Amino acid sequence: MGLLTNLKDSISKVSDRLFADEEPKRIGIYGPPNAGKTTLANRIARDWTGDAVGPESHVPHETRRARRKEGVEIERNGRTVTIDIVDTPGVTTKVDYKEFLDHDMEKDDAVRRSREATEGVAEAMHWLREDVDGVIYVLDSTTDPFTQVNTMLIGIIESQDLPVLILANKTDLPESNIQRVANAFPQHETIPLSALEGDNMDEVYDKIAEYFG
Amino acid sequence: MPEATPNVDGGDGIDGSDDDNGDDDGVRIDLISGARMEGLTSMEKIRLILDGVRDGNIVILEEGLAPDEESKLIEVTMTEISPDEFTGIEIETYPKSDAGDQTLLDRLMGRESAQKLTVIGPANQLQTLHKDETLISALVSRK
Ligand SMILES: Nc1nc2c(ncn2[C@@H]2O[C@H](COP(=O)(O)OP(=O)(O)OP(=O)(O)O)[C@@H](O)[C@H]2O)c(=O)[nH]1
Ligand SMILES: [Mg+2]
Repeated sequence: MGLLTNLKDSISKVSDRLFADEEPKRIGIYGPPNAGKTTLANRIARDWTGDAVGPESHVPHETRRARRKEGVEIERNGRTVTIDIVDTPGVTTKVDYKEFLDHDMEKDDAVRRSREATEGVAEAMHWLREDVDGVIYVLDSTTDPFTQVNTMLIGIIESQDLPVLILANKTDLPESNIQRVANAFPQHETIPLSALEGDNMDEVYDKIAEYFG
Repeated sequence: MPEATPNVDGGDGIDGSDDDNGDDDGVRIDLISGARMEGLTSMEKIRLILDGVRDGNIVILEEGLAPDEESKLIEVTMTEISPDEFTGIEIETYPKSDAGDQTLLDRLMGRESAQKLTVIGPANQLQTLHKDETLISALVSRK
């Protein structure tokens, strides 16, 4: 490796950067609590970087701070798409600490969890208005997609003209209903997957590259 | 034209009485017209709604909020939730039956064709029973 090739190398890196328009896109993973956002974020991070983003749990509001994984390089058809993924807390309009008491939690812990959850949701909403370049919207396909939170969030995302990919998660469960999700948001493409089992991740990565590349 | 704004600054209610409606057994409903909302900034709208809801009122907006305002409403609601006092809001609008009816130009111009009736209440008092494109059915309870 001579000096010249080194130089050529770094020049081409610089120009790559210049022409590969700016920074990696920041993709927010949004959706209601418990949809499987963190499970998906972890799978993407593990598949392409080797480590995880954060803990997953059946208790809602497990994620209470947005967590970012930067520079995730996804390879598709010989092309590399680099994105930053942001796993966000499940969006809701209400949080009652008493609901956590059912999950075997002491009052102190439940109150703390709910306070953290509210801070996290506020932060996630703020980010959505200011700081994301695209959205992966994750829904639990075993539940009714026609909720107010989903309607509002998709409306907010559309009003900002952000590219959005809707994922119908948990297709491994017998109650999963992909068509119901597709019908709820006919203006967008719905991709089925099981983030837990890793089913249909190839299509998910194809679409991520297509939408956010 | 300007008159008492319901509950802004926790001030005078529409009827001029004490704004906390815990004094009798009723649940107060404020129906706010589009015209009334038109002159307000986003933050004024959000305060108007949340002050009412935090007093235990049901707030009905003739024309709803813009998506950006809905986003801020969620954000501000979250910052105001506190244990045993305020658990947040229940909010319902008709699901958009046809999202394609808003043109790009409308959106660029900030014109909201999606003006839709919106019901907002305290999460612990307002419960949605049923909702579809043409009907919202809700149960309101006293505290
Ligand atoms: N069967 C099944 N379970 C899943 C799948 N994806 C996630 N889960 C489970 O759903 C629960 C919630 O998953 P999380 O990834 O923590 O959900 P989240 O959307 O991040 O939740 P919050 O952070 O609380 O908003 C966990 O018990 C997961 O194991 C899936 O594809 N199939
Ligand atoms: Mg999570």
